[in-house]
Amino acid sequence: MLFYNIKGKITGLIICILFLLLFNFLSIVLGYTDISIQLAIDAFRNFNGTNEHIIIHDVRLPRALIATTVGASLGIAGALLQALTRNPLASPDILGFNAGASFAIVVALMLFSVTSLQVTTWIAFFGAAIAGVIVYFLGSIGRDGMTPIKMTLAGAAIAALFGSLTQGLLVMDESALDQVLFWMSGSVQGRKLELLLSVLPYLVIGIFIALFISNQINVLTMGEDVAKGLGQRTAFVKLVTGISIILLAGGSVAIAGPIGFIGIIVPHFVKSFVGNDYRWIIPYCGIVGGIFLLIADIGARYILMPQEVPVGIMTAIVGAPFFIYIARKGRKVA
Amino acid sequence: MRKYISVRAFHEKFSFLIDRKAFKLIIFFLLFLGLVFLLSAGMGEQIFTPWKVIQILLGNGNAFEMMIVQSFRLPRIVISILVGISLAVAGAILQSILRNPLASPDVTGITGGASVAVVLFLALFSNESNVLTVSIHWMPLASFFGAAIMGFLLYILAWKNGLSPFRLVLIGIGLWALTKALTNLFMILGPIHRASQANVWITGSVYGANWSNVQILFPITIVLFLIAVIMTRHLNIQELGEDIALGVGLKMEKQRLGLLLLSTALIGSAVAFAGGIGFVGLMAPHIARKLVGSSFGNLLPLSAIIGGILVLIADTIGRTLFLPIEVPAGVFTAAVGAPYFIYLLYRNRNV
Repeated sequence: MLFYNIKGKITGLIICILFLLLFNFLSIVLGYTDISIQLAIDAFRNFNGTNEHIIIHDVRLPRALIATTVGASLGIAGALLQALTRNPLASPDILGFNAGASFAIVVALMLFSVTSLQVTTWIAFFGAAIAGVIVYFLGSIGRDGMTPIKMTLAGAAIAALFGSLTQGLLVMDESALDQVLFWMSGSVQGRKLELLLSVLPYLVIGIFIALFISNQINVLTMGEDVAKGLGQRTAFVKLVTGISIILLAGGSVAIAGPIGFIGIIVPHFVKSFVGNDYRWIIPYCGIVGGIFLLIADIGARYILMPQEVPVGIMTAIVGAPFFIYIARKGRKVA
Repeated sequence: MRKYISVRAFHEKFSFLIDRKAFKLIIFFLLFLGLVFLLSAGMGEQIFTPWKVIQILLGNGNAFEMMIVQSFRLPRIVISILVGISLAVAGAILQSILRNPLASPDVTGITGGASVAVVLFLALFSNESNVLTVSIHWMPLASFFGAAIMGFLLYILAWKNGLSPFRLVLIGIGLWALTKALTNLFMILGPIHRASQANVWITGSVYGANWSNVQILFPITIVLFLIAVIMTRHLNIQELGEDIALGVGLKMEKQRLGLLLLSTALIGSAVAFAGGIGFVGLMAPHIARKLVGSSFGNLLPLSAIIGGILVLIADTIGRTLFLPIEVPAGVFTAAVGAPYFIYLLYRNRNV
């Protein structure tokens, strides 16, 4: 634990916020079209309609903001999931939430040609919720209750089921594949600000719920029995946590597609700095998650210049080894 | 009537028992496979009765019918069966080494490794007009290397004072995610129609199989299958558990490594021709185990036949149900297999 007292934690939080702002700025400046710092500031102070200014306004700024929001949501969703399932390997993608939401969206796009952003968002929530409920149920049946291995296997099965159904749908329609493939691997590029704004309310609600119940989560992580003994209505707390996770994970998928492993790296990283108090973990996870996704997204622009790599691929390439490391290390995993 | 028939040969250096019940079941499923074969060969835009199919196969049909059945449908059917056999045998072996009923080629990331290798192979060795610059004969090799690398990675990463099946499965899932990301990456780098091709292929399809593919795959599958059958006696002992196996003098880790290699070879060759047809390696051995128990002498041949039937049925449905669109066989095997997996998870909830 690096920040062991409140003063240290607040300082750390402020430093993280400064970093978040710095990387937001870098995300606007760096890329295929080089933009000077002066130009970036100009674009906001007096917009003059030149190409560079349009790029900043319509491409770079939404992209940076979306990366921040999605990263924050996924980071928090991961922290909540790990607390709720008491499983260090839990994250929205491993447990099949992303696959469920993706499948629901592809079905909506292809079979019902839904284009309204609002409807798409709700459909993503619906898909994430279904996948989540199935996995939670499957992972917690049996004599010894919820074990990480059962949870992870159930998640993998659900992800495989929805994944192959999605692929089956895409095979039938090649033009849709073109449209969906980039989105399928998770990307924050080429989305409009309106898309973010239409989903933002749900994400904000999700984040507020998370912050609000963080104290209850502290109690819950001591174990169901202890929590009940201390007078907590554990079912209620779990339900609210679940709703928050679904809002955050489903909303992120609706904006950016399935971006994996942020939800697993960030909470582990944060916990090594601030310890096990969820009142601190959750805000830190939000900010650090934003920073992570911004860095991954900036990196994705440079790896194969001039082509862009979807950021979901970047996070998976970094995140999967991390997942393996935790699975290897895990004393708690059995 | 005795329960077993014993076979001894080469001055009793070589002997084994045949379980009568299992033998009957194997014959029954072979006949069933034959029936599915005839039906499948008769189905499509041109429909032939099974009787007609037999006549065409014997050479009594007009040129058009001969072409449809012999050049288009037959290679595809043969490849389906071979792929099913490979995946099922690999699955049976993996379940035994990992001592986990939920292990299968896909969940351990081995199929994924083979997929990455094939997509990379297609991307590296094709020119602008998407024609391969090297012989397609190298593709199974690439795919095998992909599978083998994943197999080794899995083995090394899961190794920590021995091999814990739990760790193997978890790490397999991690590797699986990694290979998915890499496959997507290589797909996106290519033009869209190649991505589309690759997408069909990754979902698992035997679309476009021809006789030259059969020529490559047939010997590989047969040889590997025979090796698997020869190694079954070790598998039987492995099933008893680590302590007993060590006690009777089995070189556990060496055997595990050998068997893991064998299953990666099987998976690699299957993936090279049909992509990641999922869940066959999970379902077939389970169904077989229900029928004949877990003695590998019976289990391997029966799961191989069932695997062949599963893939053949999935492919037949895939190419006939939504004419003129072809749905990859992998969609059907996953649609059946994933719920089955969930059912197994439910069944094994107390394990």
